[in-house]
Order: sequence, then structure tokens, then C-alpha cells
Amino acid sequence: MKVGLFIPCYVDQFYPQVAVATLELLERYGCEVHYPLKQTCCGQPMANSGFASMAGGCDKNFIANFSGYEYIVCPSGSCALHIKEHLHSAEEPNEAAAIRERIYELTEFITDVLKLEGVKASFPHKVGLHVSCHGQRMLHLSSMSEKVEKSFSKAEALLGTVDGLELFRTSRADECCGFGGTFCVTEEAVSVSMGNTRIKEHLANGVHYITGGDMSCLMHLEGLLKRQKIDIKVIHLAEILNAQ
Amino acid sequence: MSQPATHHNKAAAAFLKNGQRAQWHDETLWFVRAKRDKAAHQIPEWEALRNLGSQIKEHTLSNLDEYLLQFEANAKKNGIKVHWANNAAEHNQIVYEILLHHNAVNVVKSKSMLTEECGLNHYLTERKISVVDTDLGEYIVQLRNEPPSHIVLPAIHLKKEDVSNTFHKHLHTEKNNQDPVYLTRAARQVLRKKFITADAAITGVNFAVAETGGIVVCTNEGNADLGVHANKVHIACMGFEKIIPRAQDLSVFLRLLARSATGQPITTYSSHFHRPKAGQEMHIVLVNNGRTEQLGREAFRNSLKCIRCAACFNTCPVYRRSGGHSYHNSVAGPIGSILAPNLDMRKNADLPFASTLCGSCTNVCPVKINIHEQLWSWRQVLMAEGYGGAAKKTSMKLMTGVLSKPAIYRLSAGMARFFMRYLPFLVNNRLNPWYKQRDMPSVPKESFKDWYKKNRNHE
Repeated sequence: MKVGLFIPCYVDQFYPQVAVATLELLERYGCEVHYPLKQTCCGQPMANSGFASMAGGCDKNFIANFSGYEYIVCPSGSCALHIKEHLHSAEEPNEAAAIRERIYELTEFITDVLKLEGVKASFPHKVGLHVSCHGQRMLHLSSMSEKVEKSFSKAEALLGTVDGLELFRTSRADECCGFGGTFCVTEEAVSVSMGNTRIKEHLANGVHYITGGDMSCLMHLEGLLKRQKIDIKVIHLAEILNAQ
Repeated sequence: MSQPATHHNKAAAAFLKNGQRAQWHDETLWFVRAKRDKAAHQIPEWEALRNLGSQIKEHTLSNLDEYLLQFEANAKKNGIKVHWANNAAEHNQIVYEILLHHNAVNVVKSKSMLTEECGLNHYLTERKISVVDTDLGEYIVQLRNEPPSHIVLPAIHLKKEDVSNTFHKHLHTEKNNQDPVYLTRAARQVLRKKFITADAAITGVNFAVAETGGIVVCTNEGNADLGVHANKVHIACMGFEKIIPRAQDLSVFLRLLARSATGQPITTYSSHFHRPKAGQEMHIVLVNNGRTEQLGREAFRNSLKCIRCAACFNTCPVYRRSGGHSYHNSVAGPIGSILAPNLDMRKNADLPFASTLCGSCTNVCPVKINIHEQLWSWRQVLMAEGYGGAAKKTSMKLMTGVLSKPAIYRLSAGMARFFMRYLPFLVNNRLNPWYKQRDMPSVPKESFKDWYKKNRNHE
């Protein structure tokens, strides 16, 4: 199974260990993983700022990097979603459509394509899960508290098979952390307030780690935790699922 | 980039300065959202009901002209006088002329966001007509000379002590008496007198039924009934989008509305008005005010499905933290942020950005308006129309240039990491909004790309 690894730009630069964990995890479960070296950014920051019209160059570069792969896997629901919804090309419409079809967020790929019912991993710690909005509400990685639907969570199901891991749920299970891309700087005050509410709930649960499928949300929470000198670490899901 | 004085992020930051109050606001509205969840989950067919509501609205919007005319014809048959207003000014003038015709100088009004949208109170007050809002929350904010901050809970930004102070000042209640029962009784005494001494009653409209020519007004306090039944003139003001085809469609919307709004199974009073009572005159003002324009905007027409339940306000983590006034529009919250730019793009260009696009609004919406998608689409329209400012456009162009060219990206990303690692003060300063209350991520020795080249390169 030939997989193209799509690593979001900020993960490449600031959280390489998340990318390494994703790569190793996919390899362990039998994928032939390639990381196209000329990839940059999916273009989401421009699109969410209202400049989707300028994202043509990013789209072109993305298509050049990822055409031809059976699957494209990304350890970020938000970036995967952006490609799924907004990757377009007037010159190469078929290639763009194929990529939109073949892109998967990591836990979605493990659950729906590899069809693993669990992982061989060990992480003996108290962990809180931060459910990221784009993954949850738009990629349907878990059920949504607003909807009247059967309860499920791809991330929780996988975490449930990790040895020694104790998972703690928060009462506002799927409220946004306030990162929101450029929102975190243009609406700094609201963004910080939202993040602090999330932290407060995890703190009340006494967790040692907050995990999630989107490093961007975790980066925002990490910034707040560090500034307030709160002893909770953030860790991407891939790192836990890959922990031996 | 210059920003209007009322820019959402500034108003939100000001609201958040009082941390305790902001937290209380967030928790109170979350309580309402949780109540809504409970009420929705008691109905197994909830999602089917939402689909049905959305489809009925879709059908209505596709045939809006016909249903409006059918409604007009049936209302007239019932003895109701029907008026058409193309904009806010026409609406206000029509209402004023009806009042003038009856020498009405004291008016009681039940809650109507349309009259807020049109600025009716101000318009009538300038013409020496006294208008009293009779919904308790609306009355409180009216006494304070403030606009409502929420379309269902107009005074939700105020606490008991604020109401106590307001009533002490205007109704001469005991100073510092914060007992809700005492305060409510005081307001009730004043309002009862207003009801019986008024010359006319104005109500909003929740649903107008084309098939019957009747309207339905939903209130929890019965104030619409009190106003209408005690007065000889009833003026009902409605936006075009309030129309529904048949009386039986009410069974869908009345179930959706109250549960979504407050978690109640049904609003306390669903008052049906079909014709004037003996000796009474009944008027309905049908208002466009930009609605047909929004109908013509393919990406935004869905917003006209809105039944004004405010579920999207209560669920929105941004609204809960920034308060309704930060939206500087009669309808706040996520739905207001997609309605407002239609009325005035320049003034409201900030509102579609007052969202993280988390999508919770879309999920709670009882008529399935794709709110977060419309927020995204408005951003594209507003930037294309030049409402983002030249600086933003230039910086975006620069960013796009870097991100679409792998070689330049590698160089600049590497540089950014270098500066953050060795010269953190360049980014860790007060001019960086990220750094104000958050630390920057620590910088690793190498990027993933560098690691990959050393450890895995297949190429």
C-alpha cells in the first residue's frame, strides 16, 4: 500500500517528532510511505483569511507532490479537510479530484482503510483528549454533541487499546479550543479565553497529557500551559499510538 | 490596517476584561445550550425533523413571491390591512402613519428583532411617540438605553445587580434589592399600566401562514396577547422570510423553535392571530430590507431559512465570550455574522471573521443553515471586494508566494526556525499577539524534512 505522507508546514518546522511517529506507525502496519520533499503548505491560512483565490500556487504544488499515490495521510484533521474541500485546479481537474478522494486524516486511515481494531502501544499515563472541530464535525471522526446520533469516536476507540492509558473526558466534550488559524491572533482575547476554558476542564480531571489529532490546537493549548506554568504536556495522538 | 471603532475583536477584548462576568456569561449560555441538547435528545426523530424544517424553508424560498402574494390575499380576506415595505425607512414610515391616523401616542410592543433592525423605537421616539418594550428582558435593556445583546434573551449580558440598579434608577425600587421576584413584580406593575393605557400594540411575527393569512407570535410572557387584546390597533411587522406555506407546517417549526431556543418543549404562548377582533384594526407590514438581495446571493440564500431561535448564539464559543454587543448588529452571533454583511459590507466586514469555523452553529441549527460555510464564503467575498485593506492583501500575497514555491519555502522556514531558536526576542515580544498570553513553541534542532532525508530518503 503506497502512501504519500502529507506533513503540515508547522508540524515539519516545530513538531518533527509528530511526523516521525506518523511515519513509523504507518510503516509498522505495512504501508510503503513516501514523503514528497517539495511539499509546503495546504493553503488553509490564506483560504480561511478570505484569500482562497490566491491559493492556486499552493494547490499546484500540492498536486505536483501528491499525484499518483493510492492514499495520502496527514496527522491533522484540519489540513486534510482543507485539501478535501478546497483543492482545485483548472489545468489538472482529474488529479485534484483524485487527491480530494484519497486524502485521509491519520486515525481515519487507521480505522477505515487499515481497519485496525487496535494498536500495539503502551502509554501508562492519565490522558485527556482534545477533540478538534474540523476532524470531528467535518470529517466525522467522532459523533457530535449537537446532533442526535449514535455515539462514536475513532480516536477514543484507538486510545482504548493502548496499554496503561487512562482516558478522562471533559464535560464540554467537543468545544472548540479557540485556535482557529489566524483567529488566534486576530481575536487574541477570545482565543485565549476559549483555550483556558479547555485547560481548566482537563486540569480538574488531573491529567498529565492532553492529546488530539490536530497539532495546531495542541500548540495553542501548549502555549497557554507553558505561560501559566501548568504541569500538563501536550502530545499528538500519533505519538501515543506509536509509543512502545 | 485601519479598523472601525466597533471592530469585533476590540469589543470582545473589552468584554473579556471583566473576567468574572465573562465567565458567568459563558456558563449561563452553556447551561441553555445543554438544556437544548437534552430537549433535542428526547426526540428520536430530531434529525429528520431538522431535515423537514430545512426542506419546507427551501421550498418556500424557491417560491417566495407566490407565497407572499397568497398570504397577502388571504390576510386581506380576513380583514387585515397589508402593507409592503422595501426597506427600513419605508417600514418605519408605514408604522408611523398608521399610528398617526389613530392619534396613537402610547405604544406597547412585544419583542421584535425586525423593528430593532429597522430602528423603529428611535424613529418613533423622535416623533414624540412613546414605545414601551413589554418583554421583560427587552424592557430592561430599553430602560438602560441599550440594544438587546441576544435575540431570545435580550438582557443576558446583565446580572441581577445590574437589573436592580436599573430598576432603582427608573422604577424607584429599593436600592440593592436583588430579589428576582421583587424586581419582576415591580416591572409587571408598570407594564400592566402601560398595556391598558396604550393606544396601539406592535408585535413581531414568528410565522406567517400563506394558506390561512394568519400569523403566529411566540412569547414566554404572554405580552403579545396582553398588548393586542387590550388595544384597538394591532400592527404586526415581519420580514419576508417569516412566511411558511401551510398551517400544518407549524407542527414542524413550533417543535423545533422552543427546543432549540431554550430547551422548552414548546413556547409558553403560541398566539395565533387570524383577523382583527370586533372594533379592532389589524395591520401587517411585510418587510424586504435586503432580503431579496440575499435571496439572489446563491451562497447566502440559505440564511433566510433562519427562524431566530438563537441556538447558534448559545453554542458559539466566540459569542459566549464576547457578548452580543460586540457584533454591532441587531442580530448578533453566527447567524447575525452572515446576515449583517448583506445589509452593509463595509460596516460588517469584521463579523465573518469573528469565528473559528468550528461548525457547532451549523450542527445546532434547527433548519440546517450551513452557517460556518457561509462565514467562510463571506470572507472570500469581502476580501475580493477589498474590505480587508491593502496591507492584509500584500502580506497574503507574500505568504502565498513563499508557500507555493518549495525552494523559497525551505529557505524562509529554515530562517524562521533559526531566528526563533537563537533570537527568541524577535518573536517573543508584545507586538506579537500570540505571545501576549501564550509561549511560542520551542524550536527543534531539525525539521522533519531534514530528519527524513537523513533517515528515509527513497529518492
